[in-house]
Amino acid sequence: MAVINLNTPLCKQDRRGLKAGDHVRISGTIYTARDAAHKRMIEGLEKGIPLPVDFTDEIIYYMGPCPAKPGEIIGSAGPTTSGRMDIYTPELLENGLGGMIGKGNRSERVINSMMGHDGVYFGCVGGAGALLQSCIKSVEILAYEDLGTEAIRKLEVENFPAIVVIDTMGNNLYETERKKFAYHI
Amino acid sequence: MGKIIHTQTIIDTVAEMCINANTFLSDDMLRGIQIAESNEESENGKEIFETMLKNFDMAGKKGIPICQDTGMVVMFVSFGQDLNIEGGSLEEALQAGVAKGYKDGYLRKSVVLDPFNRENTNDNTPAVIHYQVVPGDGLKIKVLPKGFGSENTSALKMLRPSDGMPGVIKFVVDTVEIGSPNACAPIVVGVGVGGTMEKAALLAKEALTRPLGDHHPKNHIESLEEYLLEACNALGIGPMGLGGSNTVLGVNVEVFPTHIAGLPVAVNISCYVNRHIEREL
Repeated sequence: MAVINLNTPLCKQDRRGLKAGDHVRISGTIYTARDAAHKRMIEGLEKGIPLPVDFTDEIIYYMGPCPAKPGEIIGSAGPTTSGRMDIYTPELLENGLGGMIGKGNRSERVINSMMGHDGVYFGCVGGAGALLQSCIKSVEILAYEDLGTEAIRKLEVENFPAIVVIDTMGNNLYETERKKFAYHI
Repeated sequence: MGKIIHTQTIIDTVAEMCINANTFLSDDMLRGIQIAESNEESENGKEIFETMLKNFDMAGKKGIPICQDTGMVVMFVSFGQDLNIEGGSLEEALQAGVAKGYKDGYLRKSVVLDPFNRENTNDNTPAVIHYQVVPGDGLKIKVLPKGFGSENTSALKMLRPSDGMPGVIKFVVDTVEIGSPNACAPIVVGVGVGGTMEKAALLAKEALTRPLGDHHPKNHIESLEEYLLEACNALGIGPMGLGGSNTVLGVNVEVFPTHIAGLPVAVNISCYVNRHIEREL
């Protein structure tokens, strides 16, 4: 299977070139944020507090890691379910966010917003926490340290494996692929 | 006078069980995933299975959790009525074991103290513990570190007796159809039918501890398990929801007597790791 190597940040043109079903390896900086960090970011925006990171053309990885064992920089680090962030995502896309990495389906509202802002959604294998940990080369807590595992982290990753699940045109593997394998009993 | 067990033994055992279950895949799940990999028709699915197997290997070698969601701990404890616990309370020992395991094993602390205020307890306690008092002086502990990607896709419904088996089948398949793309498919499905509302939920949870591939001893329930497995896999949802022949690795159904007016059914979903471990002291 052909694999596309991507380096972050991903400009709109790069994102438009990706098609649902593409297998990619992501290298460069990505940012973690999950439930509590999203809530705080969006509530902040409503109060006029700027986002803690300029997400223009950047990628958010929905992930809260395990603590690092001695000698490691981070613990297991697989994706969490993206759908819980759906309520917050369009506002981040409006603020320039280029892509997201997670697992599971997205709402129609998020997909419409992705199409409007050339957003791309990558899926990676849920539960593959040990394998994905090995792609992470450095970790820095950028914001919301009090949230512990849910703090916003800046990660440098190398060859992080993912699949384009929903592309900038709204093509969605969750819709298209299962039809090929479904049957009546 | 029955056997005596010191609380420190319980603490150490539970801590070891938490670390072990999060780091190593159980033999029954490994077999199930290997079988699924060998018959998977989807190219994405095959690659996903390969990634899963590589990940198990790496977790074991590095001694780190298979998945970063090391769960909220659920325990089923069978307590022999002649057993004596020395050194403190059983409940405190079980909870202390969880706290020790999650600290010593560098497991993620995912429990918040209040569902609204949501402040982390920082030691992954409290665990949810279900006790059963049994004859004898044994102590059997089952530990399930339950991840919430799959837990969130679980559901319960109070059906009518007239809904019968077709109603149960429809509810299970509908729940799997909605939930499995988010639940880290191929999933394991625990189903509880009968009892009361909370009994059905408990049966569904404990059904997840039954080794994959084992069936219910009653013929009509075993047939139901086999039918549900085929019906769920016919959905085509596949590994991680990206299409394929393996949406579900196994369906374990437990039943219990119920009221003349009711047919409670609960569906508890677990990811493909389905962490479960058992020890007898």
